[in-house]
Amino acid sequence: MLCSSAVLLTATACGGGGDSSASGGDDDTITWWHNSNNEPGRGYYEQVAADFEAANPGVEVEVVAMAHEDMVDKLEAAFQSGDVPDVYMERGGGELADHVEAGLVRDLSEDASEEIDEIGGSAAGWQVEGQTYALPFSVGVVGFWYNTELFQQAGITTPPATMEELTSAIEALKGAGITPISLGAGDKWPAAHYWYYAAVRACSEDVLTDAVTSLDFSDPCFVQAGEEVQALIDTEPFNPGFLTTPAQEGATSASGLLATGQVAMELTGHWEPGVMQGLTEDGQGLGDRTGWFPFPAVEGGEGDPQAQLGGGDAWAVAQEAPDAAVDLVKYLLSDEVQQGFAGNDMGLPTIPAAAGSVSDPALAQLLEVRDAAPYVQLYFDTAFGASVGGAMNDAIALQFAGEATPQDIVDQTQQAADQEQ
Amino acid sequence: MTSQGAVTAADPGAAVTRRADARRVTGRSGRGTGRPGRDRGRKRLEILFFVAPALALMAIFVVYPVFSAARMSFYRWKGFGPMVDFVGLQNYVRVLADDVFTDAVVHNFVIVFASILVQLPLGLALALLLNRRIRGRGLLRTIIFVPYVLAEVIAGVVWFQLLQPRSGLLETMLTSVGFPVPEQGFLGTPDLALATVFVVLTWKYLGLAVLLFLAGLQGVPDELHEAAQLDGASWWQAQRRIAIPLLAPTIRTWCFLSMIGSLQLFDMVWILTGGGPANATTTMATYLVSQGTQRSNFGIAGAASVVLFLIGFALAVAYQFLVLRRDTEADT
Repeated sequence: MLCSSAVLLTATACGGGGDSSASGGDDDTITWWHNSNNEPGRGYYEQVAADFEAANPGVEVEVVAMAHEDMVDKLEAAFQSGDVPDVYMERGGGELADHVEAGLVRDLSEDASEEIDEIGGSAAGWQVEGQTYALPFSVGVVGFWYNTELFQQAGITTPPATMEELTSAIEALKGAGITPISLGAGDKWPAAHYWYYAAVRACSEDVLTDAVTSLDFSDPCFVQAGEEVQALIDTEPFNPGFLTTPAQEGATSASGLLATGQVAMELTGHWEPGVMQGLTEDGQGLGDRTGWFPFPAVEGGEGDPQAQLGGGDAWAVAQEAPDAAVDLVKYLLSDEVQQGFAGNDMGLPTIPAAAGSVSDPALAQLLEVRDAAPYVQLYFDTAFGASVGGAMNDAIALQFAGEATPQDIVDQTQQAADQEQ
Repeated sequence: MTSQGAVTAADPGAAVTRRADARRVTGRSGRGTGRPGRDRGRKRLEILFFVAPALALMAIFVVYPVFSAARMSFYRWKGFGPMVDFVGLQNYVRVLADDVFTDAVVHNFVIVFASILVQLPLGLALALLLNRRIRGRGLLRTIIFVPYVLAEVIAGVVWFQLLQPRSGLLETMLTSVGFPVPEQGFLGTPDLALATVFVVLTWKYLGLAVLLFLAGLQGVPDELHEAAQLDGASWWQAQRRIAIPLLAPTIRTWCFLSMIGSLQLFDMVWILTGGGPANATTTMATYLVSQGTQRSNFGIAGAASVVLFLIGFALAVAYQFLVLRRDTEADT
């Protein structure tokens, strides 16, 4: 009805027909896609949307909750058609840079300057050429999740803090008949995390920051990273068949092996307790046997042993979205919403005022490590984008299969990077 | 069936009888007796009318994507935004210079030849055997055919679990009889992975070969076998001199299907190994899917898919020309 009367004025807006559900054709309706598909997250976000509507009369928030993989697929399709939801999740790095270049994402630097200041260093992963395009609401770090009981059995009293200590822990575990580490190299990125972390320890922050923009990997620290990984591979610490083991699907995946007590530890992200809970019949995962320690220090490395590898999720606003969408994102990063987010253990909040609200002890420990870190390096495959990052992951996976040297990894990554220029 | 549907759907009512009559005339003689030109024209219109929706669907869902993939192969494109970065043949150069892709082509052809060398004799032997009156024939036929009916994804997941190192049923069984099991498992050892995938494929697709050959054997007249028996031929002689030669057209058709299937191999590899370990099982299809969906190199994926298409097309034409033509010539 409205269309026919206003047809002369807003022909284009009506021409889109059914697509108003996903894009900013309508100033009063905001579409918000998120992946908190389970309780309590789903219910919490519904409440958040309702509160926002109450505070902003006339504005309607259309919340779409999806399973993570579904959301990623649908977002991909949305980017291809240019019909992006008003508020959606960005993982940062090269992926975001591509979206920015295609003119799909709104610059939030001015509109949300207060929130950006509060978030601090974590926002760096969502900045392109000094401008901030998305506000991270959850940033986690990668580290070793371990089974405290199996460590005890092997007589390990303190978690390893250096690579040598890690090697002796591996020997102790093998001596006790326990497979030390599970690895889902079938998915490549879990193997790549070893190399990333070794690079964070071997390279100075400047070299890493510079590499993300210059795509120059000539610094010898990148080869050193590969050598550290090679030394670890040579201790043969991984589960049999790790080259085809998936990361976190099913009981025989890397996470499944840790959750069911078949290996002592796994290097992975802050999502691990949740994943393990989903892979055990009692829904407890490792329960109170869950332990965590950061990636050990590399001897002679230029990197800060306190620096961490991690990544997170941020709320972005589509270029075409109404201004109210920016207000919604700012509200999502308010102390109040972040405290609720943390209290429901939905992730690791980025607003300092919410830090105290995390109730899960393992997550609280991670949060401390994250906040003590001088910087959190975004996963390289995200930072460099799918094309360069994918080539890097492939080369690292080859090293784990015994078919690439530390130098090959640098060469192949450099080659993929050169093709991007 | 088409013309029956045509009459009732296109022109219900009085015209039905008249049209049906006309159709009967043309239908019987095969050439229209009275008014050939008009009948033929009407028939063409009818065909066009009823084929049009299917053609439109084909155009939208098959022809258009094929052309847009080909177009994509000339651009550097990340999957969103306008396709503007024209790079000419650069994507093709990169695909053809990529060892992973050329290895993938080799893997595809290894599967093509292995299928013909292994599945053909095996399928033929089983078909000849199952064509005899032996006890439990129905059960055996079912056992061999069931894997073919199973969805490839499900079969892949089941085999992945069976082949798990240490915990998998197959490994446990082999270890218990003292068979040497590789440290990384059959799928995790680069040198064994492709062979393992092929074994699973054979398990999966042998049923199709046996089914086709059995159907072909039904077409061999009993009199020939009886005559051979009267002449004192052994069972094997009868198979070799009569059944197998008469089965040749079926075998040639199966080879064609098997070749095309092997070139397009994707599902089983994707589930069992994802193309790994160390690219040991990459196929052209897994290569293009991972370049496209995982690496956002849609131009490269487009180029790889065009190369896959050209290889398949060249092989199909060559096969048609060199092998299948015999069959069509024999018919006429």
